[in-house]
Amino acid sequence: MTPVKFYPSKSEKVYFFGTCLVDLFYPQAGLDAIRLLEREGIEVLFPEDQTCCGQPAYTSGYQQEARAVATAQLDLFPKPWPIVVPSGSCGGMMRTHYPQLFAGTDRESQANEVAGRVYELTEFLVHVCHLKLEDSGAPEKVAMHTSCSARREMGLAEAGPALLAQLGQVELVEQARGAECCGFGGTFAVRHPEVSAAMVEDKTTAIAEAGAQRFVTSDCGCLMNIGGRFEQQHTPVQGEHIASYLWRRTS
Amino acid sequence: MRARDAILKRLRERADGPLSAPDSDFAVVTNRGWSAEERLARFEHWITSVHGEVIHTPHETWTDTLTKVLADKGMRRLALGKQHSVAVEARRALAGAEVELVDVDRDIETWQREQFESVDAGLTSTRGAIAETGSLWLWPTPDEPRLISLVPPIHIAVLDADTLEDTFFDVVKAHGWAGGMPTNALLISGPSKTADIEQTLAYGVHGPRALVVLVRHATTQAEGA
Amino acid sequence: MSLQSHDVRPQGVQTYTPREFHHQAHDALGNPQIRANFRKAMDGLMTKRRDSFADWDLETLRELGANIRLRALAKLPDLLEQLEANCEANGIRVHWAEDGEQACRIIREICESHDARSVVKGKSMVTEEMHLNAYLEQAGIEALESDLGEYLVQLNEQTPSHIIMPAIHLNTDEISEILHDKTGTERTRDVDTMTAAARQQLRERFMAADVGVSGVNFAVAETGTLCLVENEGNGRMTTTVPPVHIAVTGIEKVVEQLRDVPPLYALLTRSATGQHVTTYFNMISSPRKEGEHDGPKEVHLVLVDSGRSRIYQDDELLDTLRCIRCGACMNHCPVYTRVGGHSYGTTYPGPIGSILSPHLMGLEETKDLPTASSLCGACGEVCPVKIPIPDLLVRLRRESVGEGRGNVPGAGVKRTRKEAAAWKGFQWLATHPAVWRAGTSVPGKLRALMPAKLGVWTDYRTAPKPAGTTLHALVKRHQASKSHQPNNKSHEEEP
Repeated sequence: MTPVKFYPSKSEKVYFFGTCLVDLFYPQAGLDAIRLLEREGIEVLFPEDQTCCGQPAYTSGYQQEARAVATAQLDLFPKPWPIVVPSGSCGGMMRTHYPQLFAGTDRESQANEVAGRVYELTEFLVHVCHLKLEDSGAPEKVAMHTSCSARREMGLAEAGPALLAQLGQVELVEQARGAECCGFGGTFAVRHPEVSAAMVEDKTTAIAEAGAQRFVTSDCGCLMNIGGRFEQQHTPVQGEHIASYLWRRTS
Repeated sequence: MRARDAILKRLRERADGPLSAPDSDFAVVTNRGWSAEERLARFEHWITSVHGEVIHTPHETWTDTLTKVLADKGMRRLALGKQHSVAVEARRALAGAEVELVDVDRDIETWQREQFESVDAGLTSTRGAIAETGSLWLWPTPDEPRLISLVPPIHIAVLDADTLEDTFFDVVKAHGWAGGMPTNALLISGPSKTADIEQTLAYGVHGPRALVVLVRHATTQAEGA
Repeated sequence: MSLQSHDVRPQGVQTYTPREFHHQAHDALGNPQIRANFRKAMDGLMTKRRDSFADWDLETLRELGANIRLRALAKLPDLLEQLEANCEANGIRVHWAEDGEQACRIIREICESHDARSVVKGKSMVTEEMHLNAYLEQAGIEALESDLGEYLVQLNEQTPSHIIMPAIHLNTDEISEILHDKTGTERTRDVDTMTAAARQQLRERFMAADVGVSGVNFAVAETGTLCLVENEGNGRMTTTVPPVHIAVTGIEKVVEQLRDVPPLYALLTRSATGQHVTTYFNMISSPRKEGEHDGPKEVHLVLVDSGRSRIYQDDELLDTLRCIRCGACMNHCPVYTRVGGHSYGTTYPGPIGSILSPHLMGLEETKDLPTASSLCGACGEVCPVKIPIPDLLVRLRRESVGEGRGNVPGAGVKRTRKEAAAWKGFQWLATHPAVWRAGTSVPGKLRALMPAKLGVWTDYRTAPKPAGTTLHALVKRHQASKSHQPNNKSHEEEP
């Protein structure tokens, strides 16, 4: 879906857009992502006025509200540095939907310019930083859940697994129907809770049956959903954002 | 014609303005460049994968093959045309055989129940075939009407190997279909089938349960019909 | 043009309505048989589709498919006129219908002009859309479905649950019971035996039918040709055996040229069922000609609008009309896979149904459908003509809450003061960074957005726990600790 992207060489600085879910529920994942980038010698700029990309309102049909929220983010990245986002969902919103959201408005060219600089974290680590990792953790079986936005909207099915593959002690297990949605879908989980529940039930079953001791994901919505289901079932499979997992095992 | 004019008017006075039509590049459905052997291999692979039977025969002895197929399958009544060389040769070869030949140059209204209930097989010529999908193409004629490839339990189709082409697109183009279509043009790729009962394949649901393709190969002097 | 112009809901037939999506989905989710049938079927279809495209440059082929459909839509009024002219020149009589009711009436009148009492049908979604069977029934004309799946569903007094595989919700045992109860067929688990029984039953009906009614997969303007794609042969029977053939199609099914057909056919069969080709590709260009011995003496084509010309007006919504009805979007939809086709309560279920039905039935009736998607994108990824289904779902969500262009009937019907206020609240919060940064109090405020509904989250999962701190706070601390190291000083004037 995403056209082939030509990646720039590693820049001296990047902007970091943390996303609202990371900000409020998984701040450690955001910090770990920043530390991974800094370890590559990149200066990470964190615009203080960032809030949310506007996606919840956008996918709910509240276009004006989404545009207002998105507008408030557009001015946060004045220099031409890449914008790194630790989420395929928010990254996809900014890269794919900002141009649509602002089409025909006086912010159109700014939105297009910003969108062109947006990278999902694993994408940036793999394709721009060419990150090399040395695993210092214990042997572990891990399942990767790539979010649907990362996979389809941003075309990043391979990025997360490529990073995990560098961890010598980690065995990446293959789950049944790995490409299927976990059932989060933002407000979908709230508007259609039973359908969403059936989906996350199948997802946790597939991960557990694959023999994973842990699952990692690059999106906190999926993490909250899958992890919350495991926790409620008292299944001892832990979830973690891929940034934290990589940092923890290599620092 | 009120509805017609109203619909066309709405379409013509489109609110968001006229649309521009893109050009199409058809390269992806043509230019396969297969050799005759490859074409034949692909045709056979695909049509047998959907339960079609392929029997190769030298052109000059094809009616012997036909006779044998009919005998092997216990066919007693065979529907076929009169004018196409396939029908002419088959009639000649089967004249003394046990198989009863059923004329099809009759309006269907006069023999519908007979066709539905007491014909064992239909024999037809084909105009050619498509390697990419394992499909025969037929343009039924008064001599070989539409239903004889559909109603009898077995359809025997005669194909000359040298009429195989690569793709459907190639056939449409090479034979100038757009210049004049017959009443009915058909691609047939195997016997009738269904998977409507729990995705289990079953053959012969409405049409023939078997499709036998006699592929005639030209020998040194013999030419395709 | 009215929506739901004629309510001839099939009598005695088990009906579903999109208004009851939640209840119907609830029932389906709780039915292990339904869940298992769909999961098994969809898993198989996804694998087969993938394998069938293995040797293809699929992206290029999809690009061509989309391009052909776009070209046809760009020239739609001209092509419809050309189609009409060429069909008429070939002897096919062309009728136009503003909506389903008009189409039903046209079909009934043709039937009546032949004193027809018995109609046999090949698979046609557009006639499902207009409840043709029930309409004809009321006019004293029996309409019998001949596609095996449709036949079984009709015997079971249901409607199809999938556009390509109508009886996909039934398993072998259930079908055996249906055939036993309704036709006296001996109970069996043998699919060949059941198929043979249905063949026998339907052959009698083909012979007796006065009229055959079919759909159309592609109508070729250039030659006035109607193309039908099928495996069973019932489509050929329907269009060849009865003395009159009526083909019914939406106005968007037209393509410009004959050469446009092979790429679309290649995409259709592989996307739908993973077949490299179907058994029959049946191209009809005229009624029986002088000297020909079979085929219908009369062929009619009914072109149905039913809201399509309204969809046509809008640049974004237009993409909906590219659809070639393969069903790949439903086969790959994690929601459809779990709730099945009937839950949607519409003729077209799954993702394509959720972007098409609101135009046909109005948003009031269908307001729960555009939200019945996690926007996972699987549908758009497999669509053979590259319809941006997720974007269209979002567009319809906008229309539902009155923030679209108002080009969909029932626009704004889902907007409630409470929800609108909640999103205004979200907007306010997210555009006041200082308040946002106030930190831990924010999650509480966000949760207040949907107080009544967030509770359902915890029926199946533990509640999300707001962290004790925020990323904003962590970053501040992190930067402070770094700034003690002189070599890390930022040269940037920003944060």
